Amino acid sequence: MIRLEKRPTPSRFWGAATPVVAVILTMIAGGIMFALLGKDPVAAIRIIFWDPLFSEQFASYSRPQLLIKAGPLILIAIGLSLGFRAGIWNIGAEGQYIIGAICGAGFGLAFYPSENPLIFPGMVIAGLLGGWAWAMIPAILKTRFRTNEILVSLLLVYVAEAILASAATNWLRNPDAMGFPGSRNLSRHPGTDNPELIAGTGMHWGVLAAFIAVIAAYVLMNRHVLGYHIRLAGQAPRAARFAGVEPNRLVLLCLGISGALAGAAGLFEVSGPAGQISIDFNSGYGFTAIIVAFLGRLNPIGILFAGLLMALTYIGGELAQLMLGIPAPAIQAFQGMLLFFLLALDVLSNYRIKWAREAAA
Amino acid sequence: MKTPIKTLAAALTALSLAAGGAMAQDDPFKVGFVYVGPIGDYGWTWTHDQGRLAVEEHFGDAVETVYAESVPEGADAERVITQMILDGADMIFTTSFGYGEATNAAAGRFPDVYFEHATGYLREHPNVSTYSARFYQGRAVIGHIAGHMTESNIVGYIASYPIPEVIRGINSAYLHARAVNPDVEFRVIWAYTWFDPAAEADAAQALIDAGADVIMQHTDSTAPQTVAQEAGAISFGQASDMIQFAPLPRVASIIDNWGPYYIRRIGEAMEGTWEQSDTWEGMPEGMVLIGEMSEAIPEEVRASATALMESMQSGEYHPFTGPINRQDGTAWLAEGEIADDGTLAGMAFYVEGLTGEIPN
Repeated sequence: MIRLEKRPTPSRFWGAATPVVAVILTMIAGGIMFALLGKDPVAAIRIIFWDPLFSEQFASYSRPQLLIKAGPLILIAIGLSLGFRAGIWNIGAEGQYIIGAICGAGFGLAFYPSENPLIFPGMVIAGLLGGWAWAMIPAILKTRFRTNEILVSLLLVYVAEAILASAATNWLRNPDAMGFPGSRNLSRHPGTDNPELIAGTGMHWGVLAAFIAVIAAYVLMNRHVLGYHIRLAGQAPRAARFAGVEPNRLVLLCLGISGALAGAAGLFEVSGPAGQISIDFNSGYGFTAIIVAFLGRLNPIGILFAGLLMALTYIGGELAQLMLGIPAPAIQAFQGMLLFFLLALDVLSNYRIKWAREAAA
Repeated sequence: MKTPIKTLAAALTALSLAAGGAMAQDDPFKVGFVYVGPIGDYGWTWTHDQGRLAVEEHFGDAVETVYAESVPEGADAERVITQMILDGADMIFTTSFGYGEATNAAAGRFPDVYFEHATGYLREHPNVSTYSARFYQGRAVIGHIAGHMTESNIVGYIASYPIPEVIRGINSAYLHARAVNPDVEFRVIWAYTWFDPAAEADAAQALIDAGADVIMQHTDSTAPQTVAQEAGAISFGQASDMIQFAPLPRVASIIDNWGPYYIRRIGEAMEGTWEQSDTWEGMPEGMVLIGEMSEAIPEEVRASATALMESMQSGEYHPFTGPINRQDGTAWLAEGEIADDGTLAGMAFYVEGLTGEIPN
């Protein structure tokens, strides 16, 4: 008879070990799935986890791509994690990402074809403000009218998608594109571009911003009174109120920061890797970042690694598709297994497993 | 930014050329396909994959194909294309409009690889061609059938995005429905998606609730067919034949037939006769086909629809032949005048008689 006994404090050992165990279990279960599909499981696992980093053929291209893919995930997830720690659930980062991109791109295109070096900083501010403003809608509705921020922020994603489609097919459309949708290319126009900062590394302003966000969040959570308030509000809301934490202020701050970071991620993406506002510009970063935030245990350093790991499974998954013909849904199932094992194994860090006879119990 | 990547690309290309030269004889020509949806959509992506399979069958061991499905448009697409090339691809087909920027960016970095971009217009490098099909010819035929068969005189139309290709389809279907049924009305729902079974099903249901007994779709899933079946409405296969829904609700279909084009272009690339082109083919060339018209269509309508189809296959009839006015009543085409390709490619207006507005 297996019995679970709650640990007084979460186990540090299992907290650190479960990600590794989860990856190993995913490899085993995923390997079985690939074998059932008639693909070589060892080759598949090698291609997903090893080749993007170390293969001679792909690594010099894949490694920088890892940063490009992980950058927005980390930047958004860091913002989300602050709110999640405080029990404030911003599920609509995807919408804030879109609005940030539209505001930033709109700012840049308003000055087209100027190449003034002040335009890009202005775009960044517009992106931050756009994402912030979009997140303020659920925040103000929550503080004023007690609405549920989960529902409001999520539903605003669909509003943002409609605005995006309208921007791409109408008011931000490239006038030289003969009626085809999509804005002008920002990444190929000096002044509005978000270039690679160090050649061959994939490092652009957005990746740099993600690293800065990781450090800032670490300092905030561990050294600043706001971080203490956030943790307290999440763990003991009543105690937090006695300690002088103003819940409404916390809602505005957490949603505002996560919205602004998601907006900035959108701006860096639209001016860099994506290049333009298009109908399907958003490719799920805002939702994947929720997974990254939890995969990283809502811890800034954890999120950094979780973002990189997530990016690795995307890039390696694409390689496995190309080289072994593994269907895309199988790759998605593989990613799902990773999350499943990680969360399931969380039990180990919060509970102690006891083998006990029924009589003893 | 681009310079170091270019150097890297050039170095890689030089390497692959040096390595490839020696064993070019027994190395199969490798072709990569980038798909926007899942190959199991039984619509747009499925038909492109049928084209890929036709290539494999035609060339046998001389050509090897690889594909990636459900690739998001934008930065992800450029990465997938690049990985295909690093994996040895000699030619890339990108099969959605949204891959235009990514295709051209990759083409600039890999000048020795051939690129073919579907339904786009960007050809910034000599190694990029674009291709598309005149789907509006197919729309004319199903519009003709719909005009005859509707009893409520309301045709429901699930549109994807307000872009020229979709607007052209609505106009063509409406003109040919009205030609046989002056009382016909079109109700258009903009789904803002290419592939979302749930949203498409909702749109179909809303149209049926509004009185439509014919459903047309410019989206890729079979969900509207299922809804039409339950409601007793008729529908048309989109992109693929969707024959599993025949004889009712699916009474006919517009089929995209990419195989012959893929075989031709790959053959040219292998022989070294490939040249940059902007291809827009339709019924005469066999790129657009009409699926079998089911028994549910009255015999005389089948005959007249077939005659309409044959007149386009022979090239004697153009679906946009004047007199046609714009929705606001201004003249567009005079009596007997035929629309030019430039206007069609950028079409952003409804023709006279259509109600509602194209959303902004």
